[in-house]
Amino acid sequence: MSFLEAANMTGGYGAADILHSCTLRVEKGQIAVIVGPNGAGKSTAMKAVFGMLKLRGGHVMLEGEDITQLSPQARVAKGMAFVPQTSNVFPSMSVEENLEMGAFLRREGVAETMEQVYALFPILRDKRLQAAGELSGGQRQQVAVGRALMTEPKLLMLDEPTAGVSPIVMDELFDRIIEVARTGISILMVEQNARQALSIADMGYVLVQGSNRYTDTGEALLADPDVRRTFLGG
Amino acid sequence: MDFLNAIVALLNFVIIPASAYGAQLALGALGVTLIYGILRFSNFAHGDTMAFGTAITILVTWGLQSLGVSISPLPTALLALPFGIAATAALVLGTDRAVYRFYRKKKSDPIILVMASVGVMFIMNGITRFVIGVRDIQFDDGVRFVINAREFRTATGLAEGLALRSTQVITLVTAVLVVWALFWFLGRTRTGKSMRAFSDNEDLALLSGINPERVVAVTWIIAAALATIAGTLFGLDKSFKAFNYFQLLLPIFAAAIVGGLGNPLGAIAGGFVISFSEVAVTFDFRKVVAYLVPGDWTPDGPIQLLSTEYKFAVSFAILIIVLLFRPTGIFRGKSS
Repeated sequence: MSFLEAANMTGGYGAADILHSCTLRVEKGQIAVIVGPNGAGKSTAMKAVFGMLKLRGGHVMLEGEDITQLSPQARVAKGMAFVPQTSNVFPSMSVEENLEMGAFLRREGVAETMEQVYALFPILRDKRLQAAGELSGGQRQQVAVGRALMTEPKLLMLDEPTAGVSPIVMDELFDRIIEVARTGISILMVEQNARQALSIADMGYVLVQGSNRYTDTGEALLADPDVRRTFLGG
Repeated sequence: MDFLNAIVALLNFVIIPASAYGAQLALGALGVTLIYGILRFSNFAHGDTMAFGTAITILVTWGLQSLGVSISPLPTALLALPFGIAATAALVLGTDRAVYRFYRKKKSDPIILVMASVGVMFIMNGITRFVIGVRDIQFDDGVRFVINAREFRTATGLAEGLALRSTQVITLVTAVLVVWALFWFLGRTRTGKSMRAFSDNEDLALLSGINPERVVAVTWIIAAALATIAGTLFGLDKSFKAFNYFQLLLPIFAAAIVGGLGNPLGAIAGGFVISFSEVAVTFDFRKVVAYLVPGDWTPDGPIQLLSTEYKFAVSFAILIIVLLFRPTGIFRGKSS
């Protein structure tokens, strides 16, 4: 069984379902990427995995444990961390305080984790006393990912981490995400920049209208002429 | 021309009273701004929370006095303050449980919580009057003056007297200590930081494992403490009358909004902006001017922008100007 197994998820915010039997799997220490056109339910699928959406069908298993009924907060305690697309930092608090808040539930080893985050994102160490709201978009994303890493997650979920950052910063962020995965943390990520995201993905999920259209390794999806034509612009 | 006398008159009638009043407003506004920042509504019951806290403090003061307890030269009320704070904290926590939590769980609009707080205000209003009555109560039993006007005159030989009441000194010292403690708590402790995080970004605070009910409870306790301290200092400095505390709501809200709702530093600055404006606009500067200009230049009538009955107009006018030209307040609060 996969590390994260979200199988046959069906549900939506109101009466109408957005997800139709959508399945996502992430293996330990691997990167899974969800791509697809606008309105395909990518972010919704992510929210469903995190418990921010009530499911009418399907289940979510983490490390073989059924967590379908748990609240998002309880899932954080189980080792899931979520970085929302927007408002993902505490703007008036310093970078260091942002990281501290990520470790709110932990009593020990906070300093070591913070060291690891600073090693991963050296710029944050320089800016650690600055308010997170005053940082650039790319730096803010680093704070957001850093805050999530402070919970010591086993599964890190990123909702469009590169939205609104420059291409250079985007490459840099992808590099850091690969580094995070190398430490054994599984990553599930929604991305608009499908081509770049699939190139770092172990597994890719192409969603269309809330259900799985193509599922394969990132490499295979990039090579697939159908996927290229319909989703990657040739 | 008598520069020194002019300064002494200004100190005596404007700067000292306005500073003490400003400190009281600042403490009140801090409570309002904390509630706004964390519970996200304007708590109209704050003035009456101050009145309730002060009423309990007065009752305990009387009890202590009858037992012969005294911390002279300081007023006994300072000793009774912790009891007043505890009772007020219990009352607001009970109110939160009975009233506000229901709307919070329903994720009601802030305006609904504001209206609920108006209802709470009327009830607290009634409770306070039941508990202690409606009359004017003097409960300051400490030494009255640090500097006495007559002694000042004989010591300096100036025509103008300078009076510094001990309650004014106590107000300022207490306010400084309380503000220091509050900022230390918000900036240094785990709980304080979690409150700021909750105020900054509620959803992300939840994702970080911060317990919202605990944050809310701590906020109410701090607001109750601030309200009781502000109310007791105001009562010591002037007198206690339930209706006056209800009227304090306007300058307190003006202070919180001028500084930027949700911003503690702003609340303090706002408190002093309001108090100095109120005192300066309603002060008759004739005496000060008389010392500064040649004798026959002094006008016959008062040099006063507004008579003291209009002091509430000052808060209103400042409030409107700020809302028109800088709605987020001086320090960029959360309201927009």
